[in-house]
Order: sequence, then structure tokens, then C-alpha cells
Amino acid sequence: MKKYKLNNFKLNRRDLLAGTASLGAMTFASKSVLSDENKSKNLPPNLPEWTSELGEGVDANPYGMPSEFEKNVIRRNVEWLTASTESSVNFTPIQDLEGIVTPNGLCFERHHGGVSIINPKDFRLMINGLVDREMIFTLEDLKRFPQVNKFYFLECAANGGMEWRGSQLNGCQYTFGMIHNVQYTGVKLSDLILETGLKPKAKWVLAEGSDSSGMTRSIPIEKILDDCIIAWAMNGEALRSEQGYPARLIVPGWEGNMWVKWIRRLEFGDMPYMTREETSKYTDLLSDGKARMFTWVMDAKSVVTSPSPEKPILHKGIHQLRGLAWSGRGKIKRVDVSLDGGKNWKTAELHEPIMSKSLARFTFPFEWNGQELLIQSRAIDETNYVQPTIQELQKIRGVNSIYHNNSIATWLVSKTGKVDNVRLG
Amino acid sequence: MFDWVKLLTLIITSLFFMNSVFASERKFNLGKIALKKEVAGWDIDVRPDGKGAPIGKGNAIKGEEIYAEVCASCHGDFGEGIDRWPELVGGHDSLDTHDPIKTTGSYWPYASTIYDYIYRAMPFGAAQSLSHDETYQIVAYLLYMNEIIEEDFELTEKNIGKIKMPNRNGFLLPDPRPDVKIINGKPCMKNCTVPLKIIGKARDIDVTPEENKS
Repeated sequence: MKKYKLNNFKLNRRDLLAGTASLGAMTFASKSVLSDENKSKNLPPNLPEWTSELGEGVDANPYGMPSEFEKNVIRRNVEWLTASTESSVNFTPIQDLEGIVTPNGLCFERHHGGVSIINPKDFRLMINGLVDREMIFTLEDLKRFPQVNKFYFLECAANGGMEWRGSQLNGCQYTFGMIHNVQYTGVKLSDLILETGLKPKAKWVLAEGSDSSGMTRSIPIEKILDDCIIAWAMNGEALRSEQGYPARLIVPGWEGNMWVKWIRRLEFGDMPYMTREETSKYTDLLSDGKARMFTWVMDAKSVVTSPSPEKPILHKGIHQLRGLAWSGRGKIKRVDVSLDGGKNWKTAELHEPIMSKSLARFTFPFEWNGQELLIQSRAIDETNYVQPTIQELQKIRGVNSIYHNNSIATWLVSKTGKVDNVRLG
Repeated sequence: MFDWVKLLTLIITSLFFMNSVFASERKFNLGKIALKKEVAGWDIDVRPDGKGAPIGKGNAIKGEEIYAEVCASCHGDFGEGIDRWPELVGGHDSLDTHDPIKTTGSYWPYASTIYDYIYRAMPFGAAQSLSHDETYQIVAYLLYMNEIIEEDFELTEKNIGKIKMPNRNGFLLPDPRPDVKIINGKPCMKNCTVPLKIIGKARDIDVTPEENKS
């Protein structure tokens, strides 16, 4: 029997089915539902229509857009979640994406006062408070500093927040899509501070946006000096307006709310500022009525993007299970996959590059012969933290936390190949 | 005769001197020094201890008028919240129940935050359009409706840092995570004891936007 090599240990295909398969499942079902129904005249032996005529020339699309056949790959929101779209969120269609890079136009949006449109000539970054020199920088100034280029995931602390009490939204996009992963270009704050100097009493930084919500968050100086960046580019081009053009704060591995967009000011102080976001919003209410404050790190998490509620199984035979894993504490070390609701696990293949505080891609080959599956994935990061079950989180935090739900989700594959977001208990 | 060499030497020397003086303090010589009035215009934050609170005052009596004018259309006449806009009043003793109501009165730990947020971001779509006095008035009205201050209490830059909010001690620090059982990277792999009964399906809740129902 053919053997798949998956990371450090080998297993055969029968193992991959977690003990639920019969030998019959080893036979590949070659029939495809889609190709059976395709009566197109472009198929062999005919001449496809696009071959017999010229296509569009260069410059037909000075800024290229995805194929018209990819119209469904879009950000989506859940209207009932918020009162207005200006203070709302939408979701990245992670179920339709491959690899680890999120295309700029698909990065989920979270705004608190709509998208500010800023002429870069009018951009100024002010640094004030406990510094030797209060200073103002233009965008051109920022670009003359030594630069860094880094991949980081950005996850909203409320990603999966609707699932604390049970499975609520039937979609991979809606339950895991408040995340994106791009390469940022910018200047390290530790370099910027060489210009202003720092007073010894400076322990906290207030980061402030210039949008209509005046977004503000307090960040401890250790984090600011460690790896925070003021970025002006994502995936090689200028930031998109909805991602903070012309410049935003990057706070690697920490909750997305802190990554202040349309940044205008950094104030150094000797205590936290206790802004609206970090008191009334991004605090985690426990069952005894007390709330955790300053829960910044995004713990390790993973999701199976296919199969998923939006990606049903259409064929019997072999499939490549695909998923994403990430940790705010460093690199992903391992991802396990279960097809039987967490009873038995196998280790998935992790794809290079594996970077700290960045999405990691995993795949796992499996065969489907029409049986029910309960698909789960479980991330382990380089600190040996293991992604928990929802019961483990609920036991400690109750069900009112909203934020920081990094638990394992379950996709039920029915006998017809339909996939549902379900809760096991 | 004019000594070009001497002049050039002088210029170069003085440039070098200037540069070296600045370089000792500023590594890259980028950006400009911010003027006091530039900082004053943008530095609008108010800290829990009242630092940054602008000179001004307001009470709930005046606050009720301005609240009705610029806040009530979303937040309701009594801070009850209209549609999905946030509730601002009430929710006391609800935080440890199944349906916690987080309002300025039941949840917010500092009065300074209410001032800071209203001034910087409210009314929604008209940020920083309120005067300092109007902002103090609205904050006073919210504190009054939440039974934290009296109706005629004059809220000012001097006392906003001293208001005792009901949930001031409701927050836990520091972050205790990782808070789940440490299994040191070696979770169960085979025949694990786990719950396998399906106790809920998102499909049955039926709140997923239509397009994505499969």
C-alpha cells in the first residue's frame, strides 16, 4: 500500500481514515458530479471558444482584478450583528483562499467610524508625552527610516465570538474569518523612538487613529520596543484605505483592535489610558461578573477551511483537507486533524514557510466514501500550548467572554457530503 | 584677495559641527519638532486620574437638554438604546447573569473614559463637534441617570478623575492565560475520551446570512 509521509511519522491511507474506513474506501471514485453535468461545447474534442478569437490586450485592466468566475470570493458581513456598517465588521473568505497570504482586497474590515480617506500629503504622525522631543513625521519621513518587511496575522479578538454558547453561524467565513495575513512594510517603533528619545518614566503608549472614532488603545512600552511597526504597505502595495491608508500600527500576535489604523499620534505616558475600547469593549467577562482586562495575546488556533460549511464534499475518493493555524506567541509547531470528533488524531503536513505570528498552512489527505465525519483540527505552537476544546474554555471563562474564543471547531460531514458547523457535548 | 579655500573649510567645519551635535541626539535627523500648539490641538485624551481633562464644567440638568438633542436618537431618551445602538444606562447586578448588560453605569470603570470617548467620537458621524462644557454636561447626565452623582453635581476637569464608578473593581489583571490545562504539547492522539454527541447545529439556529445557507 502506498504510504504518505506526513512530517515525522508515516501512516498508510487506512490510518488516515481514523479507523472508520472499510477497504472499499480505498477505491477512488473517479466520477465527478460537476463534470457529469457539464455540457459545455468547450470540452474535448471541441475547440474552446477562447482559442478561436483574440483576447483583450494589455492595459484593458490597468489594475488587474480576479477572474469573473471568482465573483463569490468576497468579504461578507452579518447585518444583524451591528447597528450600522460604519461601525461594523466583515469576514475574510478564508474557505476560498490557498497558501497563507490574504489578498489585500479580501482582508476583513473592522471600522468604528467608517473608512477614512486620507491624502498622504495630509498625513502626520505626532509623537508626544514622555519623550525628549515631541515630534511630527510626514509619510516621506517614515519611509526614510530603516525599513522592515514582515508577515503577520491580524485576528480580531472577537473572531469566533458568536460561538461561545453553541454553534451559531453556519460558515467557515463567519466563524473564523476575522483574520488576515499579509506582508507589511514599515518602520520599527524602536527606530522611530531613536529620533524622539524616551523619558525613563515612559511605560505606556497611547496609539490614536485619526478616523471618525478616534480609535485609541494603550500598549505597554515593552511590546512597543519589541516588534511594533508603523506600516505603510501590505503585500507590496500601499495599504488599502480600509486597512488604514496611509499608515497603521502593527502589533504582532496581539488582538486586531490594537493595530490602530489611520494612525495619527503616539503618546508616551506612565500609566495606561483606560480607553473605551480597553475597558468597555475588549475585556473578557467571566461568569462571576468580573472581567479580565488587557488580554492582548491571540492564543494558538486553527481551522479546517475545506471541507467546511461552504465547501461541501462533492466526490467520493481522495481529498486534500486544507486549513490554517496561527499563534500570537510564536511559530506553529504542529497541527493535528481528527475525522471522528476528536477521538483519534493524526498529524497534518505543515507547509513552508512557517513564520512567527503568521498564518501557517496545513493539509491532510483523506478519503471519503459517503460516511459521516466529524472534522476537527488542533494547533500546537512552539511554546507547546495546545489549542483547547470549547468545554475547556467554558469551564474557566463561562460563556459571556465574547473575546478570545480559540477553541476547536467541529464540521459535521453528512452522508451526502453537506457540511455543518456543529457543537459536540 | 578672497580666500575661497578658507571659506569652504569654514563652511564644511561648521556643517560637520552642526551635524555632529544633532546626530548625538537624533540618529536619523528625520521629522520636525512639534510646536506646543500643534500638540495641544491633537492631544485630546483624558486619563483615569483626570490628566488631560480640559477646563470646563457641566451638570445633569443642562446635560439632559443636549443629550436629547444629539444622543437620544440612537441611545434613547433614557439611555435604553434604540435598535442595536448601545444601552448607556442600567444593567446593574447583571454582569454575573446569563444576559449581562454592559453600560456606562454597570460596567465602565472610569468616568474619564466616558468623557474621552464622547468628546473624541460622538455624536456618531460628528466627532469632536461638542464643546468641552457640552461634553461635561452629557457625562454628568449619564452619571446621574446611572445614580452615580446628583442632578446638580457640577462635573469639572478637577473632579472627573475622582468619580467612583460602581464597577471600578470589576476588572482582573494581569492576563492569566494560558489558563487551560498545560499538557506540554503532548495531547491525546488515540482513543481519547471526548464528548461525541451533537448537541447543536448552526443550521438549526438559522441566523446565517441567506446566501451562504447550503
